[in-house]
Amino acid sequence: MNVPAAWYLILAAVLFGIGAFGVLTRRSALIMFMCIELMLNAVNLTFVTFSRTLSDIGGQASVFFVMVVAAAEVTVGLGIVVAIFRRRSSTSVDELSEMKG
Amino acid sequence: MIAATYALPSVLIFVTTAIMVLVGATGVLALKNPVHSTISLIMTLFGVAIAFVAQSADFLAAVQIIVYAGAIVVLFLFVIMFLGVDRPDATRVEPLVGQRPFAAAGVLVTVAGIIALMARSHWVTGAMSVSSNGTPLASSAGNVKELGTAVFTTYLFAFEATSALLIIAVVGAIVLSRRERTADLEEDA
Repeated sequence: MNVPAAWYLILAAVLFGIGAFGVLTRRSALIMFMCIELMLNAVNLTFVTFSRTLSDIGGQASVFFVMVVAAAEVTVGLGIVVAIFRRRSSTSVDELSEMKG
Repeated sequence: MIAATYALPSVLIFVTTAIMVLVGATGVLALKNPVHSTISLIMTLFGVAIAFVAQSADFLAAVQIIVYAGAIVVLFLFVIMFLGVDRPDATRVEPLVGQRPFAAAGVLVTVAGIIALMARSHWVTGAMSVSSNGTPLASSAGNVKELGTAVFTTYLFAFEATSALLIIAVVGAIVLSRRERTADLEEDA
């Protein structure tokens, strides 16, 4: 008998938590992007696990689309980081405070 | 005891996957150098790919390696080297007082809530085989064929929309990251 789906679901939940903690605490925009990738991967793992458990290919199709959106998101996000770095010479999100107040 | 209950190979694969994923994810957070964080991210992505293979999602595992480890991580590394931000991040500074404890508490509550919810629903939600008319997925040989059929029939409109999304993202990235040189060009001409 194979490993139960619950183990993979718990692993995905813990991975999501690590990614969320990183987004909340790290200052560098690049590291925050990587942590968002961690959270997306945790969701993908959950999708695949439920796809196996429920014998439904829709979960894997969803992972396919999540990957496409993640690729687009990283492309645009890193473009924004490069544009901000040209102007500010820093990728720290703490220094982007023009809209304060 | 666990190995007696479940097949030993699947337990070994799961333990390997879990170690790779958790060590890699912790490394992304803990390492000071952004390049090291990116390398650590690769380990997590490979761990998730192994988990995909173990759950008979072969095509997604290949895409995970090619797109994530091959393209996205290289893009990260390229931007890090391009900007020259591979010096250590000032993580010791904590501008917001108590941000980390609050973040840790919030994350712990969220993860515990997710696990409790899944445990209450006996780890499976909904009925079996909602969309596949009761035919189970091929469990041993992978299910590339089923995935291809689903993507090109049921999810065809979403698939076409992703192509438009990718084009828009590429154009947007070029517009965002190019330098403004139109004024200089006009002066030269």
